[in-house]
Amino acid sequence: MGTRMTQHFLEARNVSKIYRIGGLIGSTKIAAVDHVNLTLESGKPQILTIVGESGSGKTTLARMIARLIPPTTGEILIDGKSTSGRLNHAQMKEFRCKVQPIFQNPFESFSSRKTVDTYLFETARNILGTRNKAETHRAVDEALASVGLSSDRVIGRYPNQFSGGELQRISVARAMIPRPELLVADEPVSMIDASLRMNVVNLFKKLRDEYNVTILYITHDLSTAYYVSDLIAVMYRGNIVEYGPSARVLKQPAHPYTELLLDSVAKIGKKWSDVVRLPDMETKEYGHAACKFAGRCPYVRDICREVKPPWVDVGSAQNVEHDALCFKLVDYQNVEQRPPAKVEEHAV
Amino acid sequence: MIRIRNICTYYRTVQGTVKAVEDVSFDIYDNEIVGIAGESGCGKTSLMKTIYGSVESPMYIANGSVELVVEEMGREKVIPSEEIHQYWWEYISYIPQASMSVLNPVVRIKDQFLDLFQNTSARPLGREALLQRMADYLQELELPPDVLNAYPHQLSGGMRQRVIVAMATFVHPRFVLADEPTTALDVVIQRGILTMLMRLQKQLQNTFIIVSHDMGVHYQITDRMVIMYAGKVVEISPTEAMFERPIHPYTEMLINALPRLGDDEQRVGISGRPPSLLNPPSGCRFADRCYLVTPRCREIDPPLVEVEPGRFAACILRAPVELVEKGWERA
Repeated sequence: MGTRMTQHFLEARNVSKIYRIGGLIGSTKIAAVDHVNLTLESGKPQILTIVGESGSGKTTLARMIARLIPPTTGEILIDGKSTSGRLNHAQMKEFRCKVQPIFQNPFESFSSRKTVDTYLFETARNILGTRNKAETHRAVDEALASVGLSSDRVIGRYPNQFSGGELQRISVARAMIPRPELLVADEPVSMIDASLRMNVVNLFKKLRDEYNVTILYITHDLSTAYYVSDLIAVMYRGNIVEYGPSARVLKQPAHPYTELLLDSVAKIGKKWSDVVRLPDMETKEYGHAACKFAGRCPYVRDICREVKPPWVDVGSAQNVEHDALCFKLVDYQNVEQRPPAKVEEHAV
Repeated sequence: MIRIRNICTYYRTVQGTVKAVEDVSFDIYDNEIVGIAGESGCGKTSLMKTIYGSVESPMYIANGSVELVVEEMGREKVIPSEEIHQYWWEYISYIPQASMSVLNPVVRIKDQFLDLFQNTSARPLGREALLQRMADYLQELELPPDVLNAYPHQLSGGMRQRVIVAMATFVHPRFVLADEPTTALDVVIQRGILTMLMRLQKQLQNTFIIVSHDMGVHYQITDRMVIMYAGKVVEISPTEAMFERPIHPYTEMLINALPRLGDDEQRVGISGRPPSLLNPPSGCRFADRCYLVTPRCREIDPPLVEVEPGRFAACILRAPVELVEKGWERA
């Protein structure tokens, strides 16, 4: 993905995360994230959404990018510098200033016994490295202003004095204190009431436009993904199975799994017609060497169960980057050895 | 049917009495799927617990009544709220919000099944026959019968949820209450479970009451909707009509709060938040967040009136009180 000419802001190279499940004897390995490659250009703040169901590896990937857990293999680079492995104090500080996480449940991010400003001031002092009270206060005020809150509404109050939406905006403000270039937001609105959700989602758009922040938005909600993101990556069982501009991916999905996801959304205005097939035993799918979706795919052929599917470019005719991991897009031909130009002729 | 009359469900707390459900009256008919929607804290779950007859301290019923009206051997039988618990699983069952964790983690599914139906009409069958019927029933619901031998942790969240739905419907209760039955699940699994509920309802011809904050879920499966706000019912309408033309401004804002796939319109959500239920304001409780608000809205507590046949709303602007004076009927 991405052209080689431009400098990459974020690059995930062949990143995998393997978990062992079960006891010492008879444990199985599960690749929560399985050889994922992902790049984002620099100098162009965007919102990249990673969608997928639970167990797709979206959260694991986000946590690796935010350096909350290390990858098993592969590496993640920010501005061309590896962030995997050991970092010294200065490198760590630089990383934390560039990349900040936002967590799912705002009620758990803040201790109910501390005023919320404690977290804001600590972040300003420890990560931004403000040296005196005035500097600290200024940093906190600016960050709160960026999320549309005033500091006199926030300082000195406890978490239970805010709604979920407000609290999540405060955690975004906390993350904004070091003026990061990348926010990694894992399901930031799933715990918030529908009526207040849009405040947070619209805030991401504003931060992208006014503060040049790139946002990695992890969600299972396709409608907010469509609403907010520029790019979308669909994950299934540890693989990115489709990647491209969000409007295009969600309007003309190329991968059968994306199609299934879109069909399954409980939409207003259009009722479901047919019945879906649910998986019986999910862990088996992680182990498939070939296409992991083969067991549920309506278009499956023998080759899908035997050979790893190709990464097919389906957007080249329109000159957009839109790819999917599927044999159906190349007429079920084993195209591994062919030059990419040939592949495009078969692309749908 | 379920007859709900002037129900007030309160909670005793250190700060005072929280009026979670305030003067709610409506009927739930046989053979329909009713959806209850509203924001968190609007009283949906408290109302469900009240209907189920599961009222435990600090929660209590301050006023009103809930009655299950069932037909037994050709005669009408009325079960008052205090007695509803004697008919759990048999006549009425409940699929709770955190159903991922209601299964006992150290007991096999089949033993939990057997345990539940000890005291129902299914008991005289005997252990073996009962297990066989369970296996058949699971098969009917397209679940692998070997889940009976599994422990809950061996099943995925979606599978566990489907097992609970199977348990709740096993002896064909006339009323099934489901509180956010798919909230923690992925869209594909959600769709599978909702289709399963719809199919069951068609087959059993009974009544399902579904609580969800997801309006898309309601659109897909319900026949009739009850919208709650800050402890009160603000609208009752047939589902299609409500989505097409909501009467109460809150319903309208709720339907439009979230973006839809493929629609590029800017959304703002509903600003502000619901009033505290410790000290609810006089007048319309939605007044502070309503885009149509007038000074009179803060004075008059709007009654639920029938605006057109089968459609009720509590709004003095859209469901004018003049209708009340002409002699309106309660839902």
